[in-house]
Amino acid sequence: MAKTAKITVDGKTYEVDATKNLLEVCLSLKLDLPYFCWHPAMGSVGACRQCAVKKFRDENDKVGKLFMACMEPIVDGMIISIQDAEAKEFRKGVIEWLMTNHPHDCPVCDEGGECHLQDMTVMTGHDYRRYRFKKRTYKNQYLGPFINHEMNRCIQCYRCVRYYRDYAGGKDFDVFGVHNTVYFGRHEDGVLENEFSGNLVEVCPTGVFTDKTLGKHYTRKWDQTYAPSICVHCSVGCNTIAAERYGLLRRVQSRYNGEVNGYFLCDRGRFGYEFVNSPKRIRKPLRKNKETRQFEELGSEDALKYIRKLLSDSKRIIGIGSARASLESNFTLLSFVEKQNFYWGESDRNIQLIQKQYDILRNGPARTPSLRDIEKCDVVIVLGEDLTNTAPMIALALRQSVRQEPVQSATPYRIPHWQDQAVRELTQDEKGPIFIATPLATRLDEISETYRAAADDIARLGFMVANSFSDRSPLVSGATDEQKKLSGKISEALKKAKRPLIIAGPSLQSEAVIEAAANIANAMITSGKTCELCFTVPEVNSMGMAMMDITHQGIESAFEALKNKPADTLIILENDLYRRAEEQAVDSFLGKFKNVIVLDYLENSTSLKADAVLSSGSFAESDGTFVNNEGRAQRFYQVYDAGENIKESWRWLRDIMLNSGLHEFGKWKILSDFTNALSKAMPVFDGINNITPPPGFRIAGEKIPREPFRYSGRTAMFANKSVHEPKPPEDIDSPLSFTMEGYRGKPPSSIIPFFWSPGWNSQQAINKYQIEIGGALHGGDPGKRLIEPKSGKTPAFFTKIPQAFSPRNGDWFVVPVYHIFGSEELSVNAPGINELTPKPYVMISSEDAGSLGLTSEKQIELEAQGKTYSLPAKLNLGLPKGLIGIPKGLPGMPEIKTGSWVRLKMG
Amino acid sequence: MLTEEEKHEIEEEFKLYPYKSAAAIEALKVVQKHRRWVSDESIKDIAQLLGITPDELDSVATFYNLIYRKPVGRNVIHICNSVSCWVMGYESVLKHLIDHLGITYGQTSSDGRFTLLPVQCLGTCDHAPALMINGDLYRDLTPDIINSILEKYQ
Repeated sequence: MAKTAKITVDGKTYEVDATKNLLEVCLSLKLDLPYFCWHPAMGSVGACRQCAVKKFRDENDKVGKLFMACMEPIVDGMIISIQDAEAKEFRKGVIEWLMTNHPHDCPVCDEGGECHLQDMTVMTGHDYRRYRFKKRTYKNQYLGPFINHEMNRCIQCYRCVRYYRDYAGGKDFDVFGVHNTVYFGRHEDGVLENEFSGNLVEVCPTGVFTDKTLGKHYTRKWDQTYAPSICVHCSVGCNTIAAERYGLLRRVQSRYNGEVNGYFLCDRGRFGYEFVNSPKRIRKPLRKNKETRQFEELGSEDALKYIRKLLSDSKRIIGIGSARASLESNFTLLSFVEKQNFYWGESDRNIQLIQKQYDILRNGPARTPSLRDIEKCDVVIVLGEDLTNTAPMIALALRQSVRQEPVQSATPYRIPHWQDQAVRELTQDEKGPIFIATPLATRLDEISETYRAAADDIARLGFMVANSFSDRSPLVSGATDEQKKLSGKISEALKKAKRPLIIAGPSLQSEAVIEAAANIANAMITSGKTCELCFTVPEVNSMGMAMMDITHQGIESAFEALKNKPADTLIILENDLYRRAEEQAVDSFLGKFKNVIVLDYLENSTSLKADAVLSSGSFAESDGTFVNNEGRAQRFYQVYDAGENIKESWRWLRDIMLNSGLHEFGKWKILSDFTNALSKAMPVFDGINNITPPPGFRIAGEKIPREPFRYSGRTAMFANKSVHEPKPPEDIDSPLSFTMEGYRGKPPSSIIPFFWSPGWNSQQAINKYQIEIGGALHGGDPGKRLIEPKSGKTPAFFTKIPQAFSPRNGDWFVVPVYHIFGSEELSVNAPGINELTPKPYVMISSEDAGSLGLTSEKQIELEAQGKTYSLPAKLNLGLPKGLIGIPKGLPGMPEIKTGSWVRLKMG
Repeated sequence: MLTEEEKHEIEEEFKLYPYKSAAAIEALKVVQKHRRWVSDESIKDIAQLLGITPDELDSVATFYNLIYRKPVGRNVIHICNSVSCWVMGYESVLKHLIDHLGITYGQTSSDGRFTLLPVQCLGTCDHAPALMINGDLYRDLTPDIINSILEKYQ
């Protein structure tokens, strides 16, 4: 706490943080004070008048005055009352007004049972409706596949529009009309354009904005089974709550982590979960019939027997790991096939780049920031990454960092920073400095200064900035005037920065971009300034793979190695090789094995080629550990027991090993045995076992329940199969139970299955789990940072500056185009995400298109890697001459290497 | 599509403000002057000219009840329904209008002669109740003088 003050609330004296407002302080003290318009991430506007309290001049003042707690700065010696009769009556009256037009449709409302409006109405004691007139009604809008709109329920708190516009930077949503007919929505029906729209579901205190995907398979909050999980759809590792009933994953919500995603998620993370329910799910082990070449389903025992047979006459087994599989699964496969036969199922190029990033972070001097740290940085340089599409939540964090500098201007006016409306009036559209250098326009361009160029020129710009801080970083010769001007401007901004940040990543497949980013950070730190360095990586566990003690050889190396030393059996762990390398190369590679065994949860091109497929659990049916781009190890837990045919990959692999006579692995029984073995074998993972409590952990002798205590129907829900209530499944791997029985208090922060507190049924119950509102969870925010820079010796600067990019006549240089909806392998199987996924295309600069006589949507023939593809053209205004944009990972889109040259033929 | 004349008039307004978007209200008034109301299509056209989204502009347009987002009749009646006029009995005037014209708030008479809209204060509380037709102010109203006022507007 920066500055503290003593305040008296209802006769009790507390020591509190004097920089906060009275509402935050009361909630931090765990006092129940109702509110609507205030949100911890968005500050105060004093609009709803719900948090009224009595404030007294001094001890002798017995009358006092009503004040809105969210608008009151803390003053030392302050005396207030929440319980004062007049204050209570006032709050009750406010709710009564807010409720005059509310439709009271709780029984058919998806928010019912987790509604902040319900909670606050009960809390204030408003229980009898006196308003006898007609209610105003609205037409609702179609807002896309994710969000349902029901405006009649609105109580005009303005949170949605403040979140969508002010916090997330959306522009296609607003408030319309005036006084008692205010309307929140779009100018006309249509898909919400902002990539973080799903948070409206949690921001709205009632049922105006609800989760449409949940609505399609609706279950009340109290009837769902929950588990703490980690989002698998990018490398940021947002903490999530995943929910299930009847074996169907129902939804994903944000799981507050003060250091990572805070209150929010991106739409890919929130709505991508439906891949778990996809018809492409592999729910039983499969064996390919040698004659018919068709898959036949097997029981798990038979599957293991079959695999034992396949393995018994194998002479050499190759294992291919995966950055979308947990550390434990990769480690188990590694233990089985041994280091020299284990390949990281990623392209060699990507591995080099990720490895380089890890080495830079490990050697320092710059520290890798958490997502929360990123929000606090005041000057940001992004080199080569389209963050909205490669690491979306970092983009949302940058929308907050550009406010850091302008908000400071409120201090001389003595405006507290939580006074949102006043601060915004003062700062208007002012933005702190952020510079983004990418080949293509990005969503963040509107808040930044941009530089459009190929990777080599982006790197050169970076090296110029680095050189301006230290001569030890090499001088760039032959810079353009544009580069000189911009690098000068960036250096100036960095010099003034209090907390500068450099962001880069492997998207452009350029070592030089990564090295330039490292040099800037290194140069700034060696010249006595501070600087943080953030790298994105491609997948949820890419950083974990980089940290593992493996040979760090990729797919192409595996192809090559097989030529020299044959092998007969291939085990592929949660990986579609066709997304990693060219089709022909993968075909020929797979063709060289007598047995191909795949462990995965979704059918894909690789699993279709397998001789045997083991049905692995997705994140929803597995326990494990991922390491995010920050280097934070985080645990996820299975939500429900999917039966004996679906197991974690590590458990399948352990069973295979036992079956193959490797009896020493019999001692690996539960998750912590695997994690322990991993951290013993690889000290870099030391301590990851302790990021969650051990499976034997109990509070008052009890496990932590995955289900709320009102969970209904347990005795009857499987009566269609048997009238005898089945024994609940047991969880041997974690201190969580699969039922509603267990400890009712607050669990340790790393294993919170859902947020609930008496009187607080909505997500706002998070208040009760935090030490201080908006701060860390009780017991500390979960996860363990594994990468801290070495102190002492400064590492050498990178010295290789690339040549400036020069376009070639007739050839085009490939730059990647990432799509938040479409580029990621798993989420694209969720119907909503799929609906928003673009069709394959190629992107050409308008300038180049003009000289080629090309128009939008016209088919063009593209020659790449010795093949010709016919694709429609998309024209792009800012793309530099000579570059061609190739979308990555879209269904039906051929994989064309970033950084290669392609040729065009007009149709 | 905005006409050249409308565009020109809106661009003249830009000169008076530090940001284009600040001329939003004036731009809406320009279009309403020429077309008597502001359609969805006009909202998109004006927004593009101002460099903001249609959502942002419509938020402004729908806030002001002097900007018409639906077609209006030849004459627009704005009757004040705020506190002073209420105290002084504007409701009897309103009832007379509704009965006489056969329309209520937000509606236009079938002959296209009148549109009836509420307004929050006409700044003449000392002579309440009051209403305004096409910019002409009428005060100290009683139901019996309404018909003679309406006669002036065909």
